[in-house]
Amino acid sequence: MPSLYQHNHSEHLLHVLFEEQQKSLHISETAISSIANSLNLPRSQVESVVEFYSFFHRQPRGRFDILFSNCTCCGDLSLMKRLCDRLNVEADKTRADGLVSIGQTSCIGMCDHDASMLINGVTITSLSTKIIDRMAELIESETSLSLWPGSWFQVGNNIRKEGLLLSEFFEPGSALKAMAERSHDDIIEEITASGLKGRGGAGFATGMKWRFCRDAAADTRYVICNADEGEPGTFKDRILLNSHADTLFEGMTICARSIGATRGYLYLRGEYRYMLENLESTLQQRRESGLLGNNILDQGFDFDIAIVVGAGAYICGEESALIESIEEKAGIPRIRPPFPVTQGLWGQPTVVNNVETLVAAAGIVLHGHHWFETAGTWQSKGSKLISVSGDCGRPGIYEYVFGITVQEILDDAGAENVQAVQIGGPAGRLIAADHFSHRIAFEDLATGGSFMIFDESRDLLEIIHNFSSFFAHESCGFCTPCRVGTTLLKNGMDKVCSGHATAHDLDELSRTAALVSRRSHCGLGMTAPNAIRDGLKYFPDCFEKRLLHKEMEPEFNLDASLEEARQLTRRDDAEAHL
Amino acid sequence: MSKVRVATTSLAGCFGCHMSFLDMDERIVGLLEHVEFSRSPINDIKHCEPCDIGLVEGALCNADNVHVLKEFRENCKILIAVGACAINGGVPAMRNHFSLQECLEEAFLDEIGVDNPHIPDDVEIPLLLAKVHPLHEVVKVDYYLPGCPPPADAFVKILTDLLEGKEPSLPKEMLHYD
Repeated sequence: MPSLYQHNHSEHLLHVLFEEQQKSLHISETAISSIANSLNLPRSQVESVVEFYSFFHRQPRGRFDILFSNCTCCGDLSLMKRLCDRLNVEADKTRADGLVSIGQTSCIGMCDHDASMLINGVTITSLSTKIIDRMAELIESETSLSLWPGSWFQVGNNIRKEGLLLSEFFEPGSALKAMAERSHDDIIEEITASGLKGRGGAGFATGMKWRFCRDAAADTRYVICNADEGEPGTFKDRILLNSHADTLFEGMTICARSIGATRGYLYLRGEYRYMLENLESTLQQRRESGLLGNNILDQGFDFDIAIVVGAGAYICGEESALIESIEEKAGIPRIRPPFPVTQGLWGQPTVVNNVETLVAAAGIVLHGHHWFETAGTWQSKGSKLISVSGDCGRPGIYEYVFGITVQEILDDAGAENVQAVQIGGPAGRLIAADHFSHRIAFEDLATGGSFMIFDESRDLLEIIHNFSSFFAHESCGFCTPCRVGTTLLKNGMDKVCSGHATAHDLDELSRTAALVSRRSHCGLGMTAPNAIRDGLKYFPDCFEKRLLHKEMEPEFNLDASLEEARQLTRRDDAEAHL
Repeated sequence: MSKVRVATTSLAGCFGCHMSFLDMDERIVGLLEHVEFSRSPINDIKHCEPCDIGLVEGALCNADNVHVLKEFRENCKILIAVGACAINGGVPAMRNHFSLQECLEEAFLDEIGVDNPHIPDDVEIPLLLAKVHPLHEVVKVDYYLPGCPPPADAFVKILTDLLEGKEPSLPKEMLHYD
């Protein structure tokens, strides 16, 4: 059984490929063969991983490789065009001298910072035309990134409202000491009693998950923290990873002791690579303080954590795809059941929890379940971190107890003339003003934390179009309903947005949307049509005012389709037109 | 009661679907008690009159195909796309991997044994579309009869269902080809 712990940490396939991409600006055929040889993996496996993850390239990228976020909140593609023009480079084509390449990527989790980008894997936020123009000069003169203005690389926390989790000053080791005398059953019982449910969006009861894993027959068990925060508009884990890493690692350690695991993994999304150094040093400090490693705090158990960094694949936020990714494979979701709690990483029982869930678990063990359980609604205990972005005066992180209404959040964020709110990201729900009295709670509006605000000035159709492009791009391609369906939905939205659609197309769109939801293999496909379905249901006018009032309009321009033949035959008679 | 009028045509196809239609053999006699044919290669009527059902085989590869398909759509209350080419583009759409220029140069200029190489430009010949398209990309299609070709039983079933006023539904066996 290969594992990060049996060979050097830097030998994880994703990490080796990242180094190769940085060094050679692409992954060549020879590199694939030699990496396969040195890691003792089948060549086909290395090749499929290179093809799967969008941060690996078969053709050389520029020495400055830039990816602009195309998110509705942290993306601005007009800035991308400006930089392309300044540097005289076409999008997705490396400049002939190999200096620069510019492309797009899905949301990079900087929605509280306006337009953002990744350059050679590092995040730059709060872009403006002025910064873009200066950047073009720095690139043209091939100035090293280390000499660029440091302020460009600043990522703020933007915490606007603190609650149970964020207001906590956490003394490393305090929760571990609190559980010193307690049995693993006792700890799981404490978590169960608190009513904590998974914070990634699905809301599975955490105590029950730990219990299932503990009870599964096996010698080895694993804890995985899902820090692949890829849902556009979500950035709450970024804040927790940045300033509550100790609490998170302590939560993982508590989980490990409860379920009987000795190994844990933090799966960090590739877009958050800039935090890797800090996270590694926090881990190191914890090892030196006896909070990780052998015989932790003399409590007689061993546990350590390794970090695996992803490479640009939204689907890896799905827990079984994430496990595949840690196993050095393409992130294709597994067929469930069996669920990870019985057969997860390397086939062993595994708990996969969201960052926020594990942070909350540490707090619950430290303060007891009452601390948590007394906040929230009867089905949704505790607090929730909401990532507020879009059209408002105060974007950032707001921690509320469950049960807060959408309108209250809008008021706190200083949002005016709100047309719609996208709750839970593109995979969540698009709601209109008459739903703003609904509450954030598992029993009402469930969310992983994304809260995108769109005011009256926005064209909702463009937003829904953006979401449909996102899913068509992020579909892993494994099952047909999702692979083909997400592209059909995108094509349908292309047609609506370009003003060529008819009532017939809207019927087709809604029929395809229902089919993709119902027949897809995993949650990505099941939720991909949500925004289109909500759009058609709650904002029918947006669609209808773009329609051509005809029964059916061809998918393409018929006369233009004859142009090539007209040129080849030099004909222009009446019959040569449609 | 007047008979139900049916029209059929083959666009960019191989007439295999029509051959399969005729494979219903003697059952066509019973069918003809209820239907009469308008435009069809079976009777060589050249234009479609107002009809109840139109069966269209083949994909769209040239301007004439588009005219014929539009004539069918305007005249048929129910339009059925018949076979793989009509539904997905099928074999004719294999040229979509190349540009039209590459296709024509290969066929009329570069191929071994070409006499008097030139790309035909007679006005009698319909111009080719840049790409081959399935029917539903140009007109609204009401039903799809899949298969390459669809089995004769499937033709009988879809027409019988429609004649009985039912929503057509093909059992799994008729959609299973290996």
